[in-house]
Amino acid sequence: MQTPTTHPAISPFLGRFTLESLPLHEPIVVATFVAVAIGGAALLAALTYFKLWGYLWKEWFTTVDHKRIGIMYMILGIIMLLRGFSDAIMMRLQQAWAFGGSEGYLNAHHYDQVFTAHGVIMIFFVAMPIVTGLMNYVVPLQIGARDVSFPFLNNFSFWMTAGGAVTVMMSLFVGEFAQTGWLAMPPLSGIGFSPGVGVDYYIWSLQIAGVGTLLSGVNLIATIVKLRAPGMTMMKMPIFCWTALCTNILIVAAFPVLTAVLALLSLDRYVDTAFFTNTLGGNPMMYVNLIWIWGHPEVYILILPMFGVFSEVTSTFSGKRLFGYTSMVYATLVITVLAYLVWLHHFFTMGSGASVNSFFGITTMIISIPTGAKIFNWLFTMYRGRVRFELPMMWTIAFMITFTLGGMTGVLLAVPPADFVLHNSLFLVAHFHNVIIGGVLFGAFAAINYWWPKAFGFKLDVWWGKLSFWLWVSGFYFAFMPLYVLGLMGVTRRLRTFDDPSYQIWFIIAGFGAFLIALGIAAMLIQFFVSIRNRKALRDVTGDPWHGRTLEWATSSPPPDYNFAFTPVVHDGDAWADMKTRGYKRPLNGYKDIHMPSNTGAGVILGALSVAFGVGMIWYVWWLAALSFVGIIGVAIVHTFNYKRDYYIPAAEVTRQEEAHTASLAGVTA
Amino acid sequence: MTTQADLDRERFHLDEEPHHPEGSSTMLGFWIYLMSDCLIFAMLFATYGVLGTSYAGGPGPKELFDLPLVAVNTSMLLLSSITYGFAMLAMTDGKRGATQGWLAITGLFGLAFLGIELYEFSHLIHEGAGPQTSAFLSSFFTLVGTHGLHVTFGIVWLVTLMVQVQVKGLIPANRRRLMCLSLFWHFLDVIWIGVFTFVYLMGMLR
Repeated sequence: MQTPTTHPAISPFLGRFTLESLPLHEPIVVATFVAVAIGGAALLAALTYFKLWGYLWKEWFTTVDHKRIGIMYMILGIIMLLRGFSDAIMMRLQQAWAFGGSEGYLNAHHYDQVFTAHGVIMIFFVAMPIVTGLMNYVVPLQIGARDVSFPFLNNFSFWMTAGGAVTVMMSLFVGEFAQTGWLAMPPLSGIGFSPGVGVDYYIWSLQIAGVGTLLSGVNLIATIVKLRAPGMTMMKMPIFCWTALCTNILIVAAFPVLTAVLALLSLDRYVDTAFFTNTLGGNPMMYVNLIWIWGHPEVYILILPMFGVFSEVTSTFSGKRLFGYTSMVYATLVITVLAYLVWLHHFFTMGSGASVNSFFGITTMIISIPTGAKIFNWLFTMYRGRVRFELPMMWTIAFMITFTLGGMTGVLLAVPPADFVLHNSLFLVAHFHNVIIGGVLFGAFAAINYWWPKAFGFKLDVWWGKLSFWLWVSGFYFAFMPLYVLGLMGVTRRLRTFDDPSYQIWFIIAGFGAFLIALGIAAMLIQFFVSIRNRKALRDVTGDPWHGRTLEWATSSPPPDYNFAFTPVVHDGDAWADMKTRGYKRPLNGYKDIHMPSNTGAGVILGALSVAFGVGMIWYVWWLAALSFVGIIGVAIVHTFNYKRDYYIPAAEVTRQEEAHTASLAGVTA
Repeated sequence: MTTQADLDRERFHLDEEPHHPEGSSTMLGFWIYLMSDCLIFAMLFATYGVLGTSYAGGPGPKELFDLPLVAVNTSMLLLSSITYGFAMLAMTDGKRGATQGWLAITGLFGLAFLGIELYEFSHLIHEGAGPQTSAFLSSFFTLVGTHGLHVTFGIVWLVTLMVQVQVKGLIPANRRRLMCLSLFWHFLDVIWIGVFTFVYLMGMLR
């Protein structure tokens, strides 16, 4: 290794930070830093020049409005997608390049950080914020609520997630990231083999973000259980809310496991305990078990809400009630329970014996039954429907095909003898990208295209959307089908250089696929930009551009702070479709004051202090860690002395906003 | 004349908006949080279950645990739960002074519990049986210590609430907060009964 990994002295003031911690010897990192610094400075200057700080602080950073918090989560996820994807394309380039004695262009120290950061960022800081953001935005609207149960907690959760993302990004420029793979398995992640700050960045970024994830899980469960509109029984709830409920149950029942296991790893690293060591009675395989007890439910945390998205989209764009609503609910619940009974299939090769492996192999295969039922439900919803192939529906169809393929390779991997051959091979890498990209990302894109008009009042540009769609879908197949082949040829994951020249052509095809995906991402960003520029032409004043069936389409776009002037009473599963068939007319008078939560800056402050605490722990700057910890407790206590947390939107203001909506509606019908 | 809008208002809206008073979800939310906390303890118990016999040639429970001391400690915590119950009864009767008195006693019992635990820990470390000695002791210190940390935060919270009750009185917000801390405190009691049984009593039987 070229970089110094030993820190002989720990300064009381700067801990183990020295100027050598800055990766000045890595030209790629330095160039990235220069670009980020220039871009960041330009952004800060622009915000200052246009005097936007006050607006951002008052209207966004301190907001407790679930819609704005949801949008901030989505922005965070999309920004981090760019970072995670840069890591991906660097790996594709390295692997296509490093043949025939070539070392490629990434040294081992850098390459190992890249594949670790890619996995961590994509799961925790892309997929999770997008999933949480969607649930935050959509759930209260779909259940006819004014906000979530704990609005301040919602803001706090977002800032903890953002704090975790900041911590991960910091590792790019100050110090290093873990070189362990995304689950940081000991003994590799122990202090002996990973003495640097990398694993500590990993631990603290996940612990900080984990607090946010857990609390938003608690929040959304309470919201769904307690704040549904009158008449909306559980079995009349939109299916997205059901999947959100199950996902949040999974979050609350899985993330504490991650917290605990990372805490134990920290103790091993910081105070020399013997949980996962090879000596003194420790047991590294226990870490593997514990982390997958979190890790397997985690993949269902990501996919279940997307199943909900596809259900909403299929039903809306087929112009029909969802086929098999009840079976969809039960399939979701069965998946929720089974998610906890399959973790061992991630390490059949541990050698637990035939009986244990068979049990977990069979439970894994059983999960494909409720999932298959869902696929058939969507197909039957489309059957004899008037299907409109708008962008969200296109993503849904791409999902159905791609996810089915990924599901089948998953069932293959669930066969323990087959897994002994395919374990840790590129076949596995191809499988989980097949389900995560084909399921979670396609779902996220369907959802963004579907709910964007609700959030901003105008549709997304179709031409750029279709371009992005085709680039993404074809790019996905080019990038990952070769990995199945390579896996079957025996290539294991995380390799940096190759000897066998017969692999190279497949890696080049995969690299081409990644290039197409890069264009797909660019097309999507252009789609956002073009749509914002043409927002007047793309304007939707009805609030219901897709002829939706659920309550979020019953209010204006973007919805007012209070969501609904009058809380709707629900008589049917597809509440808004039911209201429309009965010729519902909005009440136009008699508005009343509306009780709403007030904004607060406590979440931002607590998030910032948590990052400072994390930095102190990572760099052994004990005074900073201690000071910020005391600060966190202090700010939290001071916050509890604020008893005035709500206000009333006066009826006059409600009248003004509702009359504006009425006027714009009249503009359409006239 | 009744218009369509009037009919719709009758069918699709209520005369009075459904009211969700502030804090109406708090108890449910806090329960869910407690269950997540319970899972952290479940993990630590599981870890102790796996590693609890990995002495690595070092001392085991029989050489280390002092059951009479742990019995005294357990009684401190159980008594604090009872006195918290009395505080809640006083709160229901609207007696601020009695509530504060019982809360103070609860806090003192909690401090006594922590003091004894810290004495036990320092004694073990002094004897060369620190958390670095073996996987058994790592998991022992972590499980018992995590419980102790929870009690510490419980006491910080208790003092904060006593100040708030003093300043604002037994207003609904404070009653709700006292209810949450009550759940938290009894929860820690339940966890301790698990610790006492699985770690100390069953450890002596090994």
